[in-house]
Amino acid sequence: MNIPPVISLKNIVFGYRSGNVLDGLNMDVLKGDFVGLVGHNGTGKSTLLKIILGVLTPQNGTVKLFGTPIKKFKDWDKIGYIPQKAGLSVSHVPITVDEVMRMEKASDYEVDEALSSVDMLSYKHQLLRELSGGQQQRVFIARALVKNPELLILDEPTVGVDVKTQEKFYELMQKLNHDFHLTLLLVSHDLHTISHQVHCVMQLDKKTIPYETNTCNIIHTHHKNADHN
Amino acid sequence: MQITTNLFQYEFMIRAFWAGIIVAIIAPLIGSFLVVRRLSLIADALSHVALTGVALGLLLGINPLITTILTTVVTAFIIEEIRSNRQVSGESILAMILPGGLALALILISIANGFNTNLFTYLFGSITTVTNQDIWIIFVLAAFIISILLLFYRQFMYTSFDEESARTSGIPVRLINHLFMVLIALTVSVVMKVVGALLIGALMVIPVISAMQIMRGFKASMFVAIIIALLSVLVGLIASYYANLPAGATIVMVSILSFIVASFLKKNN
Ligand SMILES: Nc1ncnc2c1ncn2[C@@H]1O[C@H](COP(=O)(O)OP(=O)(O)OP(=O)(O)O)[C@@H](O)[C@H]1O
Ligand SMILES: [Mg+2]
Repeated sequence: MNIPPVISLKNIVFGYRSGNVLDGLNMDVLKGDFVGLVGHNGTGKSTLLKIILGVLTPQNGTVKLFGTPIKKFKDWDKIGYIPQKAGLSVSHVPITVDEVMRMEKASDYEVDEALSSVDMLSYKHQLLRELSGGQQQRVFIARALVKNPELLILDEPTVGVDVKTQEKFYELMQKLNHDFHLTLLLVSHDLHTISHQVHCVMQLDKKTIPYETNTCNIIHTHHKNADHN
Repeated sequence: MQITTNLFQYEFMIRAFWAGIIVAIIAPLIGSFLVVRRLSLIADALSHVALTGVALGLLLGINPLITTILTTVVTAFIIEEIRSNRQVSGESILAMILPGGLALALILISIANGFNTNLFTYLFGSITTVTNQDIWIIFVLAAFIISILLLFYRQFMYTSFDEESARTSGIPVRLINHLFMVLIALTVSVVMKVVGALLIGALMVIPVISAMQIMRGFKASMFVAIIIALLSVLVGLIASYYANLPAGATIVMVSILSFIVASFLKKNN
């Protein structure tokens, strides 16, 4: 039996009015992969995530999620997404951790379970804005986990987080990847740190490294295989 | 005791209280989501557009509430289109629509030949001239607004706080945003009757920001905001009756007083 890639991008071309950001990008993420997506500011990491999530539509190329073309994809419970700077926009509103969790359809039990998997259960009735950046991050991860997703997508989750918290964060990611068999796609600036954590790195900096020679073996070989078919 | 019997012996005052109570419930409900979205100004912008609707109604001889609802809903859709395409920041669109609505209203009034005293009551509210028919229309609209809000509470929450995650959670964000715009437009149309176009934003936002200072939790502050709005309307109406002042103005002043009290409470916590 052939399991389709969790994410499959073929020849993606995308530009804003200011010019092209992605120029013929290919990428496959397989089940169980832990993929790091790196690149300097403005190389199109967030843009690529938005294309994967169907928020933006590429001018050219195909996006498939779990083997289904993005236009027809309905199974959003399979995907958890944690946007860049997730917590910052709500600092002016007194919303509790529990209320953040309730944005997803979930029972009391599921909420508690997700919060304890990120060690945040004891903060359930705290205000989100009274938590530290790293703790807020965990809450948003918990909210994504409540759906029991198969794929977790995180946009720069460790920005502005101290080394200790960062270590704990990657521990959590390893746990999710190993114990819960989650496929992870993680955006980061920090090639050095991330390369010790992930299975493979996709460098999104076309000015330095073309897509074809990126260091992500799984993507690379798979891309070659796809050419054979 | 003598005083209260005097107040409620007039039917127009009883109607005023009913209208005030309904408005005090829906204004902070919708206002809470406006504050989350940093769109507090939208109520003010739409209320000025509502004036255009009123002028249009008076000009064409149609019930102004109908033309008001139509113009505010259409404008709300236009705002949402521009906002979601991010061509212009939400705040700047509102800064354009607010005077635009007022300007268009003035032009329509000039065409109709002169300032209609009727329109003046829409500027500052005319809660004491609320008719039985008005009460029914307000009641039905409020029931609609509250049912939609209850039915889609989770979707509204998610979309207001975190649009991108909401989308990846399978919520039809575009649809929800447009539905929300309809609710705002309807609320503005209804609230205008009570506090007037110039003071709508106040009743939708001030009780909410007062409550958010002292409460821990979004639902909890929504609940307290309704209580503050109810108090503002009741105290404001009574004050307006005995001091012979415009009701819209006294209602807003009481709600501002609640904000000051809330700030004080917060400081002492
Ligand atoms: N809404 C937009 N309209 C026009 N151009 C945009 C828009 N969003 C991003 N861009 C441009 O597209 C390019 C890629 O942006 P993107 O946000 O994807 O970068 P990024 O790799 O995530 O950067 P960062 O590391 O700073 O988060 C940038 O040059 C940016 O200026
Ligand atoms: Mg980015």
